[in-house]
Amino acid sequence: MSRTEQFQALFDPRGVVVAGASTHPGKFGFVALHNILANGYQGRVFATNREATPVLGVDTVPSLDDIPAGEADLVFVCTPAATNPDVLRAAAAKGIQAAFLASAGYGEAGDEGRRAQDELVALADELGILIVGPNGQGVISTPSSLCAQIVAPYPPAGRIGVASQSGNFVSSFMNYACASGVGISRAVSAGNSAMVGVTDFLAFYAQDDATDVALAYVEGIADGRRFFEEIRAVAEQLPVVLVKGGATSGGARAAASHTGSLATDDRVFDGMCRQAGVIRAATIEEAYEVAATFATQPEPTGPKVAVVSTAGGWGVVTADAIAGTSLELMALPDDLIAALDAELPPRWSRNNPIDLAGGETKDTITTVLEIVARHPDVDGVVLLGMGIQSNQARIEREGPFYPDHGLERIVAFHDRQDHRYTATAAALADELDKPVLVATELAVTFPDNAAVRGTVEAGKLCYPSSNRAVGALEHLWERARWRRHRRL
Amino acid sequence: MPTLSEADSKALLATFGLPVLPERVVDDAEAAVAAADELSYPVVVKLCGDQIAHKTERGLVRLGLADAAAVGQAATELLGAARPEDGEVGLLVAPMVRGNRELIAGLADDPQFGMTVMVGVGGILAEAVADVSIRLVPIDRADAREMIAELRTQTLLGPFRGEPAVDRQRLADVLLGLSRAAEGTPTLVSADVNPLIIVDGAPIAVDALVEVEG
Repeated sequence: MSRTEQFQALFDPRGVVVAGASTHPGKFGFVALHNILANGYQGRVFATNREATPVLGVDTVPSLDDIPAGEADLVFVCTPAATNPDVLRAAAAKGIQAAFLASAGYGEAGDEGRRAQDELVALADELGILIVGPNGQGVISTPSSLCAQIVAPYPPAGRIGVASQSGNFVSSFMNYACASGVGISRAVSAGNSAMVGVTDFLAFYAQDDATDVALAYVEGIADGRRFFEEIRAVAEQLPVVLVKGGATSGGARAAASHTGSLATDDRVFDGMCRQAGVIRAATIEEAYEVAATFATQPEPTGPKVAVVSTAGGWGVVTADAIAGTSLELMALPDDLIAALDAELPPRWSRNNPIDLAGGETKDTITTVLEIVARHPDVDGVVLLGMGIQSNQARIEREGPFYPDHGLERIVAFHDRQDHRYTATAAALADELDKPVLVATELAVTFPDNAAVRGTVEAGKLCYPSSNRAVGALEHLWERARWRRHRRL
Repeated sequence: MPTLSEADSKALLATFGLPVLPERVVDDAEAAVAAADELSYPVVVKLCGDQIAHKTERGLVRLGLADAAAVGQAATELLGAARPEDGEVGLLVAPMVRGNRELIAGLADDPQFGMTVMVGVGGILAEAVADVSIRLVPIDRADAREMIAELRTQTLLGPFRGEPAVDRQRLADVLLGLSRAAEGTPTLVSADVNPLIIVDGAPIAVDALVEVEG
């Protein structure tokens, strides 16, 4: 059984067994079964329970020996550590190829636990069964509608593959997926990484048709060189966004040489990421946004950014943000200025950021956006100030005068227009294979705003600030440049 | 861990292509003057030996010596300053080069990732500025170029106080040379090129200290 087949069994099992299903709704053995049943998994679901009491309408059997052979590929193990060797043997005998171990009491629990973990791995190797965990929170796979985890939530389907040394951060990423609408292909909590760790999952994602972007959280690394080699091989094939937890362990480095004393461990890690082509994010939140950007926007072919704004202030702040990056607030070419002169009132900025100067009232936003985005010198666009009219429409709709006084008509008009503007931005990104990012705080303040919906319904991320859009765009460019330098 | 003398450190790194100055190691003041005459003035004279690591702190570096008399006097004083624990010592005579910009470069063994190569902004504020970039050995030219581009103090690499921009190609060559030195010298533990002075845009390893397994 190859590792790839085992991973396939983990993520796309024909059937799942919950070992140690519980009737107590507070126990992992209940929650795991609940989440598998409640989120649309289409394969067969079996459960074991010592008393063979039905749980959530599933008839349980006392042991894995009692389930039919060849019907399940994955066992989700919630039984106590001491019984797990027997669980693995019985599972392997039924043709099960992968076991997710939620059980605790292993490597995280001192020497004895570590010994038990090593023995379990040796047994699994012998049986040809994959162990994920132990002490993990579960596995998600949207192509199979599989939510085999003991935490919430189940995310929308998408193209991001998550592997995390912390189960809770899997949950955090899933929360961001739900909030942003940019979804997940696979997600797994590596737990103690007894048999396979984060880079093994990333290597699978690199080959996985369902996954376009890898998102990883790591804390400890056992073998730095191996980690580097493995993650670089993945990054050569798809974008890898990584966030690292844990303070630097200073002092390990010999302080003998001057240069050595300057080189903190975290700088080594940072340099390693850049060398491997891995995008390192500073926070969980940024990591998700950047992964979502890679999943929904094309990489730019250069650093030149055009900022299109309906008002001056946003453009100014965004210009400041760009100045602090490797992106370039491009000078507008003459032919682009001339093309915009024809569409905009004479008082438009005639500079980048492109301040539309109220031009939106003349319905020129989509025209201007198209002219800018289609210009061959423009490598990426940031669009600001969308949703203002529909935000006003919201208070009119919710106010005491609606729908009279012509409000019904104007509210519908503004909603339609704002939705159209941002939908156009998304369509241009797809058509031109060029990043076009929409940023507005309405993404978090009033996520049902028409401009936000226009973006989200097109499958894109609506950035909560222009700074964050610029940060995400810089990461796109960083990777594009890394690939270009290496002719990848 | 034992260190190589400055002269031996530079000689080792020079075999991997690091740019060093022509220099002589001599035993006495007379030979120092002869070496200086040959190299042309001004010169630098340093007390040099395997056991001597902190030359500047001990006042064992004499800069800008303009003539034979100055060299002779400095050489005599330096030999007089040698301590018994310095072991075998010599005088290193090298041309005096000037540049307004100092970088640092080096190799260090990271406990997690193994041998690493670094480049950074040097000079007396180096530690406070802490502008460095690091990669794992071996690096290729793309890595070296990116290391240089990653330094925050990019203005220092452009034209500066009447001096041309830093030749990035040559600076990348220094980093590639260090990477090769690490790969080609299994006993190497660390290397510290400090300063790497920018002279007319080109980096020159003016001082170096290589640490090897004992």
